[in-house]
Amino acid sequence: MVERNLAKVEVASSSLVVRSMETPVIATGVFSLSRAALTFVMPSDDTAHCRPGPSAGILDVMHTHGHENVIEVTDLKRVYGGGFEAVRGITFSVARGEIFALLGTNGAGKTSTVELLEGLAAPAGGRVRVLGHDPYRERAAVRPRTGVMLQEGGFPAELTVAETARMWAGCTTGARPEAEVLELVGLADKHAVRVKQLSGGERRRLDLALALLGDPEVLFLDEPTTGLDAEGRRDTWALVRRLREAGTTVLLTTHYLEEAEDLADRLAILHEGRIAASGTPAEVTAGRPSRMSFELPDGWFLGDLPPLTDLGVCGHESDGRVVRLRTFELQRTATAVLLWAERAGVELRGLDVRSASLEEAFLGIAQEQGAAA
Amino acid sequence: MSSPAPGTLAPSARRLRALARAELTLLGRNRGVVFTALVVPLALPFSVRPALDQMDLRKQGISIGAAMLTAAIGFSLLFAVYTSLVNAYVARREELVLKRLRTGELSDPEILTGTALPAMTLGLAQALLLCAGCALLLDAGAPKAPYLTLLGLVAGLVLSAALAALTASFTRTVESGQVTALPLVFVSMIGSGIMFPTEVMPEKLASVCELLPLSPAIRLVRAGWTGQLSVSEALGTLATALAWTLVAVFAVRRWFRWEPRR
Repeated sequence: MVERNLAKVEVASSSLVVRSMETPVIATGVFSLSRAALTFVMPSDDTAHCRPGPSAGILDVMHTHGHENVIEVTDLKRVYGGGFEAVRGITFSVARGEIFALLGTNGAGKTSTVELLEGLAAPAGGRVRVLGHDPYRERAAVRPRTGVMLQEGGFPAELTVAETARMWAGCTTGARPEAEVLELVGLADKHAVRVKQLSGGERRRLDLALALLGDPEVLFLDEPTTGLDAEGRRDTWALVRRLREAGTTVLLTTHYLEEAEDLADRLAILHEGRIAASGTPAEVTAGRPSRMSFELPDGWFLGDLPPLTDLGVCGHESDGRVVRLRTFELQRTATAVLLWAERAGVELRGLDVRSASLEEAFLGIAQEQGAAA
Repeated sequence: MSSPAPGTLAPSARRLRALARAELTLLGRNRGVVFTALVVPLALPFSVRPALDQMDLRKQGISIGAAMLTAAIGFSLLFAVYTSLVNAYVARREELVLKRLRTGELSDPEILTGTALPAMTLGLAQALLLCAGCALLLDAGAPKAPYLTLLGLVAGLVLSAALAALTASFTRTVESGQVTALPLVFVSMIGSGIMFPTEVMPEKLASVCELLPLSPAIRLVRAGWTGQLSVSEALGTLATALAWTLVAVFAVRRWFRWEPRR
């Protein structure tokens, strides 16, 4: 459980600041166990182990065990008219009340996948079930229970916010009062404004409001915070968390890694239409090495440090002055390097110590797949 | 696309009303479309009047009033319903509105119908007003078989909307809609008896023109006034209208594009 609370050490000018990252602990007992086992079998002197660990890329069925799967995707494929395979056989499931994030670079297949889950198109292969139904063929059974926020608005430019909401409410079973959802996303004062006059962020929030109108059991959010400023993004995150507390299942796509890290109970990283890694954010990053970097003063070289393997380092690069170390034992490596620096009287500039993050995993996957291709 | 089960009619009507209401608001805010829809059907019949005067319509049993009324209703179908709906369908698709609507509870037929309702209502209101106006002002007299006129109006409205959806299927932008809508407009104006009654054409040509999409509607509307249509003729005309409607609905289900091409 401690991995997510690792201290971040920063050196600002000459003063050393140690800040504890107050991130919520999402890891479960099952996860801690597998992480411990992973660390235990990991020899520290072999750079080959900088590759992702065994948990990456394997679906974590344990977390959904005993719960109802609200979304089930099996070997899903999507092929566009020109023959382009956007989705090449992906499998995952989302349990009731979970927040599940689909991550990926542009063109990885996120939107193509979500559109199949929303029932906007029929898959070229495989199976989708949302609340036990085929969202494409059994539209009438699924739609009243889902809310959808598309990547781009799709509202007539000449209608006002209130007119748009009224129209959507008239098309929604058991709709909440329009004013209530507009209030929820902070658009209450814009009710008389035409959609064309809204900013990009306001349009995203209108889209979110309409997705929430029918009190959906399952919410699909395709890049919900793209175009929002930092504050709007935090507001949206808080809203999504409140929805989860109320039992809503949320599937979202994003290319903001911190969004997935903060919000998602589980996630899948898509790369070229396939799932490259999946699990809890901690699991996906677990197989990734942590990083430490610093700059050596003049006259000092990498070779002056104690043997790297003794420090638990599994990989390194250096351009002479700046040293970058990769390790699965961040505390051991950092302690050893800092102790060495103190004894040797060396000032390490630009000291940066960070535990494995999704960014690490994300970039690693892109690189590995690029190298494999 | 399944047919509504019992008990779903009320929600369906509620959805249609909500969509139609929004679409009516949009129609009212599009000045170009409003102008075309309201003014053209009223103004154009007067431009064809000199031509009508030179034709020997009396011999066909058609009064100038009835001929002008038919022209006005025909123009109303073409401009207030058909072209304005091509515009609406394409604009909603390009704005991704149709895609957004499909993520909700509306069925595909509901989306297309709800979008069409305001224009169809406008067309119907216009036609009824024209009928009343002609009966009172243009000495066209009272219709001899008003039910035929009404049947013709319904057939014309439904087919105009269906053909608009079909035209929108292969129209990429609102601007190109001004071109893709032209063939039907021209063919109907000349061949379907809108600008002048098909009765003045050579017989062979007339019998071919009777098979054009909007010909049955126009023929029924005029027959309602003149009363010159036997039961078997009326049924044949209705069958043609029905066949076109079925073809258009099938083609729309098969080829309608819900999202812009990328």
